[in-house]
Amino acid sequence: MIDQFKGIKPSRRAFLRGAAASGLAVAGTKVAAEADPAIMNKQPWVEFLGEGVDARPYGMPSQFEADVVRKDVPWLTAESISSVNFTPLHELDGIITPNGLCFERHHGGIAEVDPAEHRIMINGLVDREIVFTMEDLMRFPRENHVYFLECAANSGMEWRGAQLNGCQFTHGMIHNVMYTGVPLRALLNEAGVKTEGKWVLAEGADASGMTRSIPMEKALDDCLVAFKMNGEALRPEQGYPVRLVVPGWEGNMWIKWLRRLEVGDEPWQQREETSKYTDLLGDGKARRFTWEMDAKSVITNPSPQAPITHGKGPLVITGVAWSGRGTIPRVDVTIDGGITWHEARMDGPSLDKSMHRFYYQIDWDGSELLLQSRAHDSTGYVQPTKDQLRAVRGLNSIYHNNGIQTWAVNADGEAENVEIS
Amino acid sequence: MSKFLKLIAGAALLTGTSAIAQEATLGLGRDALPEEVAAWNIDVRPDGQGLPVGSGDVYTGEEVWLEKCSVCHGDFAEGAGRWPVLAGGDGSLASQNPVKTIGSYWPYLSTVYDYINRAMPFGSAQSLEPNEVYALTAYLLYSNDIVDDEFELSNENFLDVEMPNAANFFDDDRVAVEFPLFAVEACMTNCKDSVEITKRAAVVDVTPEDGASVGGSLEGGDAAAPATPAEEAPAVEEAPVVEEAPAVEEAALDMALVAEGEKSFRQCKSCHQVGEGATNRTGPALNGVVGSVAGVHDGFRYSSAMADAGAAGLIWTPEELSAFLANPKDYMSGTKMTFRGVRDEAEIAGLVEYLKSFPQ
Repeated sequence: MIDQFKGIKPSRRAFLRGAAASGLAVAGTKVAAEADPAIMNKQPWVEFLGEGVDARPYGMPSQFEADVVRKDVPWLTAESISSVNFTPLHELDGIITPNGLCFERHHGGIAEVDPAEHRIMINGLVDREIVFTMEDLMRFPRENHVYFLECAANSGMEWRGAQLNGCQFTHGMIHNVMYTGVPLRALLNEAGVKTEGKWVLAEGADASGMTRSIPMEKALDDCLVAFKMNGEALRPEQGYPVRLVVPGWEGNMWIKWLRRLEVGDEPWQQREETSKYTDLLGDGKARRFTWEMDAKSVITNPSPQAPITHGKGPLVITGVAWSGRGTIPRVDVTIDGGITWHEARMDGPSLDKSMHRFYYQIDWDGSELLLQSRAHDSTGYVQPTKDQLRAVRGLNSIYHNNGIQTWAVNADGEAENVEIS
Repeated sequence: MSKFLKLIAGAALLTGTSAIAQEATLGLGRDALPEEVAAWNIDVRPDGQGLPVGSGDVYTGEEVWLEKCSVCHGDFAEGAGRWPVLAGGDGSLASQNPVKTIGSYWPYLSTVYDYINRAMPFGSAQSLEPNEVYALTAYLLYSNDIVDDEFELSNENFLDVEMPNAANFFDDDRVAVEFPLFAVEACMTNCKDSVEITKRAAVVDVTPEDGASVGGSLEGGDAAAPATPAEEAPAVEEAPVVEEAPAVEEAALDMALVAEGEKSFRQCKSCHQVGEGATNRTGPALNGVVGSVAGVHDGFRYSSAMADAGAAGLIWTPEELSAFLANPKDYMSGTKMTFRGVRDEAEIAGLVEYLKSFPQ
């Protein structure tokens, strides 16, 4: 069994973390054979003073968390400038993604924009074509909202079958942060949208000149022009100094380094909304304007990068769920490949178009598991299986794969990305 | 469009007012000057709105193409390496291996003009003149057998071109088609008789391990699934073969640093090749660059600034190369290298060490 396993073995770090505990818990024994060195040895951090307050003016994670980083899949793209990397979902808990771990997707690399030299222009079918500085932007009334951003291509590599071993790679094109910004509605109001203005073209200042057409209804509903994430300035990778937030809709529309908003009477049919981010179906026809992200969930632990290292007994199964159409009141979990399902416990804030956290606790007997999670959103939509999706869409869609994910966990606690009947 | 949006759209139609009910303004911002709007408002729509006056023919387009585009997209738009294929693919959309090109997939010609004009050539965006963009667009139509080789495209005949796949797009119908299938009561017990594993990621085995990479392909830079990853996954042969390095009296390479440099070299690869068979692309091939005279790689057309510097005796010592990489434009005003530079000194050291591992 071990010889055939080609997924990711328990990491040395994860193994060390669990070693002490397992030593004390073998076969239910609660008596230690010998005194624990972690207790008996005086550790250097007990004896010696640590660094002072100014040693780390911008705090970073512990040295023992060094492998909790975004990772890419080099074979996916020709080079790293127009490419993507992935959020390490299996290392996170709760619902908020730390800023430095939010996945990146760039089409022309990271634009290093000087905010003093940055302008936001509104032009087109408006009463007054306007230029705003960043300082102007800060003088509009602000709002705070937590939203997930999911790339339309998240899980896109899995359309034809199980391919990548790790939820970081299968589901990591997503992050969930609190944005501070100004409603797009307020900026458009300042310009005065003409009656025939039905669409907004948002454009970035990066070397790809990223553009997307957004219907006016959405622009006036809940879009934000955001300059903070999780309380601090946007990271350059996420569009510093200002990005568009399009809640619940595919990430490509959330224009980073936002510099222009044009009002028009019809969509612009830009490259990213015609040749890309359209869903090719089995019959050769393609859906366009598939903006909303369907309800989806994934178990983050255990998973291929986060195997069970503690042996039999109490096991926390956890994961995240989200929907572009509302909240997630319920997630079901199965450990037997979908013969029997159990309602998981939702925990933490339940916010509109935000990630939700779920837990399901079991007493693991050491037998093989086939783990799945199934999200229900507030519209009544239930996350479909991958085969249900394929029956409607075929195999060539690339985008919007929200099918149920399966992890096979073996007796050693190692997990593999599989599909089941 | 969701029910919610339809509702909103309907309400707007009924009231007949503007899309936005005007509220009090704050008087923030200033009026945009016409020339400022003109400088940024470069988008082109399917109805021709935004097209500048101009024209270009297939022959001219081919010349521009071979100079500025073919290194990535191939001489005939067939694609090079893993860069996007832009021609061909007719009739492939319903097959197991759909090839989505301008001819086989793109519904609007305006998208071709707009995208070339705003984002191409990769690494030198918004550097083309309108006539060059018209010519390139004409060449791409020719490459896709949509026009003949005598064709000249202009703002006047632009709307006459019909794109073959234009009729095969339709608006999102998930709410109508998929919701009735999926928004149903979920089974909780005895949902199936038995379960078998049908597919395993371990069989495909394309998950990256730290520092390792495998070959494969991805359509146009999007996260597509390789149809049969195992078959089209040749190992990328980038690891320098130290044993074959000539035994010049040089300090031994720091292989850990070389490995770091190999990783950061990914950002250079869109323009530079290195290693066996490396050829000039947007930038010169870089074999043997460390220690060589600047601006002398065979067959590459350097900027006059770089050629002059070489003639004046500039040698790419590790120190000089590091200074150049930190900020190319500051180091050498006039260089053709459109690269922002590397801020991290350790990363520069890695790149230099990596380049050292490729002697002439």
